[in-house]
Amino acid sequence: MLLNIKNLTVAIEGKEIIKGLNLQVNKGEVHAIMGPNGTGKSTLAAAITGREGYEVTEGEIWYKDQNIIDMDADERANLGIFLSFQYPVEIPGVSMTNFMRTAINAQREYRGLPALPAGEFLKLMEEKKKLVDIHSKLTNRSVNEGFSGGEKKKNEIFQMALLQPTLAILDETDSGLDIDALRTVAKGVNQLRSEENAFVVITHYQRLLEYIIPDFVHVMYDGKIVKSGSKNLALELEDKGYEWLKEQNQA
Amino acid sequence: MMEKDTIQQALPLDQMLIEQYRKNKELITANDIQYVSKLREKAFQSFMESGFPHSGMEQWRHTDVDMLTEDSYRIEMELPDTKKDIEELFRCDIHNFDTETVSMLNGWYIDKESPLKTLPEGIVIGSIREAMKAYPQIFEKFYGKIAPQNANGFVQINTAMMQDGVFIWIPDGVKSAKTLQIIKIINKEEQLFVQSRNLIVLGKNSELSLMHCDDSVNQQSSLVNTVTEIFVDENAHLELYKLQNLNDQSGLINSTFVQQMANSNIKTNTLTFNCGLIRNNIHVKLDGQGSHADVLGLYLMDKQQHIDNQIRIDHNVANCTSNELFKGILDDEASAVFNGYIHVARDAQKTNAYQNNNNILLTPTATINTMPFLEIYADDVKCSHGATVGQLDQEAMFYIRSRGISADNARLLLMYAFAVDIINEISIEALRQRIDDMVKKRLRGELSVCDKCVLHCGAPEKDYHFDIDLSKI
Repeated sequence: MLLNIKNLTVAIEGKEIIKGLNLQVNKGEVHAIMGPNGTGKSTLAAAITGREGYEVTEGEIWYKDQNIIDMDADERANLGIFLSFQYPVEIPGVSMTNFMRTAINAQREYRGLPALPAGEFLKLMEEKKKLVDIHSKLTNRSVNEGFSGGEKKKNEIFQMALLQPTLAILDETDSGLDIDALRTVAKGVNQLRSEENAFVVITHYQRLLEYIIPDFVHVMYDGKIVKSGSKNLALELEDKGYEWLKEQNQA
Repeated sequence: MMEKDTIQQALPLDQMLIEQYRKNKELITANDIQYVSKLREKAFQSFMESGFPHSGMEQWRHTDVDMLTEDSYRIEMELPDTKKDIEELFRCDIHNFDTETVSMLNGWYIDKESPLKTLPEGIVIGSIREAMKAYPQIFEKFYGKIAPQNANGFVQINTAMMQDGVFIWIPDGVKSAKTLQIIKIINKEEQLFVQSRNLIVLGKNSELSLMHCDDSVNQQSSLVNTVTEIFVDENAHLELYKLQNLNDQSGLINSTFVQQMANSNIKTNTLTFNCGLIRNNIHVKLDGQGSHADVLGLYLMDKQQHIDNQIRIDHNVANCTSNELFKGILDDEASAVFNGYIHVARDAQKTNAYQNNNNILLTPTATINTMPFLEIYADDVKCSHGATVGQLDQEAMFYIRSRGISADNARLLLMYAFAVDIINEISIEALRQRIDDMVKKRLRGELSVCDKCVLHCGAPEKDYHFDIDLSKI
């Protein structure tokens, strides 16, 4: 099993957001996590990727047979976990190219590999740019600076393509995307799918799941996964909305 | 009995200086032209009345100069014998960077064999004590006139007692082929008070690129009081890079006065890497229409270091532009002051003045006092100012770390990104790259007081923990 979350409880500033969550993800699988606003979907992403200030008060997160809850974000990334941000951060003064080269070489160093020569890195960049149809003029700029919402999301997938993670968490990658950008992003993700990696796709809407077909769909409500099923569950949610969940869980 | 060349008394600095001026007047004025001697007397009287500025004064409120001026120092009243091998100290080899270098040791012009020389293109450079005899008309026209008459006590005592410094004259139409470099090193086993005085005159349509380095080579404390007057005639262009890298025990009071005539253009870049206490007074007078000044600075301070940048731009006539940008990163218990004062005279219409000061405080104990101040008497002007104080962006930290980059390198990346727009303003490529290396080293805490010139760092840095040279890929 690639990821095994056991009875996870996460608090931010003392307030419990995730309340005993379980999730198992195997290599080769795509899991979708859906649910209304404020149920803890992004908190789950932050907890898996090691964001500071997200306190695991109970439970365990097992990844590649080790409990990672005490690891820093960079170490988790070096073990192959990637987060596509809901709101990618602008970093003026740091060029995309150098940012990615630094990241790739940090990960290579962690794995005991020599730094990637500049020429090979550039070749890799060119290859991955095509995957998400991202323009060179963007990759020559500072990280996310002056990018449109859609460009920022494409840039996340571009980074994912370069870093080749084993576990990728896509946090509302579809939000703010028009249909063309959505297709491009989905195409990028689908080309990266393999038997060796897994995806956790967090989304509000079923729309993205028409392009990235999940193996499992989970519904999150009030800090827990309250229902799991096949891709058909997403259609059911689209149809019924989230209201019934609230009623069911309040009852 | 008094020692011949060095004097020390257990008196506060101001009293000691007053006493020494009286005792050694003959020695001090030995090389003078009459004009300079007269100025000394006047400045001495002013200093007697005012003394050193102190923290009770508004402009010195946030800088504890009392700590420096109440200490006792030695001063060298006569040009000491320097051994030949001292020149080794000054060898500066920035790869691909061809400079014409003059060196000052403990405030004295080193090259005794040719204290005043004319370079092939006609530039005159040398010791100010020789220059005033050779070019009295230039001194009578500019010396002591670009610095305001009512300047503070540090400027007054410098005018009264200065004995050496650098003179540069770029005649009309001459463009300096190489960057001129002034290297000032303090190296003495005693606590010295050093004064130096520079006069730089750019003729019409001339060009000069000048680098001015203040360094210490050991850990002995000292107090340096430098006054530089710069005249920039019509259509002339000056680039001035100041590099400040002194030890934690040192004090540096650095006053630079610039007067610009029509359509002239200057860019100053003050890069402060290290110093116990530093005060930069930069005062630019835009006295000719169409003139432009870029006044930039970067300060990277830590421990209990203190920096105070006082920038004043006088828009005295119409159609001039100025642009100030100072950026600082403060660690540990370091403190900084920025005071940006723009004065727009009544007739200075169509002025365009921009001012900005940005700071990052890495710890809760680091402090910054930033004070923009605009005084505008014209009605058709565009002036803006801004100041920011912040911490490293935690969102950005997580974003960078989530890609596998360590916390230390993520911090470096963000600090470097913050500093880079000042570095990018350095137009001499070889110098820009070297400063770039120095900033990275400084941010990593690896830059120490150099054993030689600040730029004498051997081969360019190879061992990058991160590579963020924006120009490479």
